[in-house]
Amino acid sequence: MEKVTRLASQNGVVIFTKSSCCLCYAVKILFQELGVNPTVHELDKDTVEGREMEKAIARLGCSAPIPVVYIGGKLVGSTNEVMSLHLSGSLIPLLKPYSATLS
Amino acid sequence: MNSPSTQFVSSRRMGVYDPIQQINMWGESLKSNVNLAASIPLIDEAEIKFDSQSEDASHGMLGTNNKYDQEASKPIDKIQRRLAQNREAARKSRLRKKAYVQQLESSRLKLMQLEQELERARQQGMYVGGGLDTNHLGFAGPINSGITTFEMEYGHWVEKQNSQILELRNALNSHIGDLELRILVDDMMNHYSEIFRMKSAAAKADVFYVMSGMWKTTAERFFLWIGGFRPSELLKVLLPLIEPLTEQQRLDVCNLGQSCQQAEDALSQGMEKLQQTLADSIAAGQLMEGSYIPQMATAIEKLEALVSFVNQADHLRKETLQQMSRILTIRQAARCLLALGEYFQRLRALSSLWSNRPREPA
Repeated sequence: MEKVTRLASQNGVVIFTKSSCCLCYAVKILFQELGVNPTVHELDKDTVEGREMEKAIARLGCSAPIPVVYIGGKLVGSTNEVMSLHLSGSLIPLLKPYSATLS
Repeated sequence: MNSPSTQFVSSRRMGVYDPIQQINMWGESLKSNVNLAASIPLIDEAEIKFDSQSEDASHGMLGTNNKYDQEASKPIDKIQRRLAQNREAARKSRLRKKAYVQQLESSRLKLMQLEQELERARQQGMYVGGGLDTNHLGFAGPINSGITTFEMEYGHWVEKQNSQILELRNALNSHIGDLELRILVDDMMNHYSEIFRMKSAAAKADVFYVMSGMWKTTAERFFLWIGGFRPSELLKVLLPLIEPLTEQQRLDVCNLGQSCQQAEDALSQGMEKLQQTLADSIAAGQLMEGSYIPQMATAIEKLEALVSFVNQADHLRKETLQQMSRILTIRQAARCLLALGEYFQRLRALSSLWSNRPREPA
């Protein structure tokens, strides 16, 4: 869990994904469309701590195990949460500090 | 239906005309099929009357002729010519009728065959949805109870939807208060939540069924995007119908539309990636070798990911509806839901008209 927190507290948008997950890819595309370049950590590529991180993230209780999104060190949630935020207009304000095009 | 023809048959002098036996045969062969045969009596009686008239006339005339045989040959010529013409006309008429009956017979057989095929298809679990033409029946597989349940529930859902639309229209026309209107609006919103819940269960049972919109009518399926309607398109349709809006509302709706569009694009690109990786995993290893078990395992994983896409698309639809209800006043929301409901009713009506339209004979 420490590695998760450490990676998550990096500034900007952090997404934990798996390389085979196409929904994760979709979320990444959305952020890119909004002018943000997210930091993507593929859990299946981390051979040492990947499994532990996966379990820790699952315990966070998001709507899905992956992708899991952090913005500015704060947990946002999975795809459902990101989409809901975006439709309600609340996502872009969160992204403003981290985007060249939005601010 | 058969009694008129048999009556005539028994009253005729047998053996003179072949058609008597023919009429008997028609009667027998058509006895077993009540429906198709029901349309024949009109022709039967008319032509039989004609036949019997010509026959009785000729018999009567022959009877008369026998008396004056040697004496009057000229009138006899004329009479005999007319008799011959009558016989010819009757013969042609019987041939036409025979052709018609044969056509009806072959249509009846074809109909029976189609009915049997359909029954077989239903039993084998092919999903025959509303407005679905036979070209789109899926391949035969084991009966999927999850889908059967969904189809049954969907039928009820549409019925309830139609009655809610009616109630809403009456309420808006009768100037009821906001409180009562809110109840109707909430009911309809809950009803939409219900279809999304049903679709989620159906996606677990058969994601391809949901992806292909198999329960929808043909015109609805034309607009299909990941197992349902595209929310941004729907907003474009509805926006002009819910005017007047305040400036803030108009801005909010436009922003909602834009966010929707962006989310849809992201999901569409995710779907494309899924297709690509599925194609890659199927083609991985050596094509042309004839063995492909390892590729199948990865491919199956990819297909399972479809379920999450369908669920995500439905989540987007649900969120769009909820956002609209937050932006709009209760009266605007009511009109919006009414417009939405009627839009889909019209699409379904269009599908029905389309499939029933008169076609040029091949």
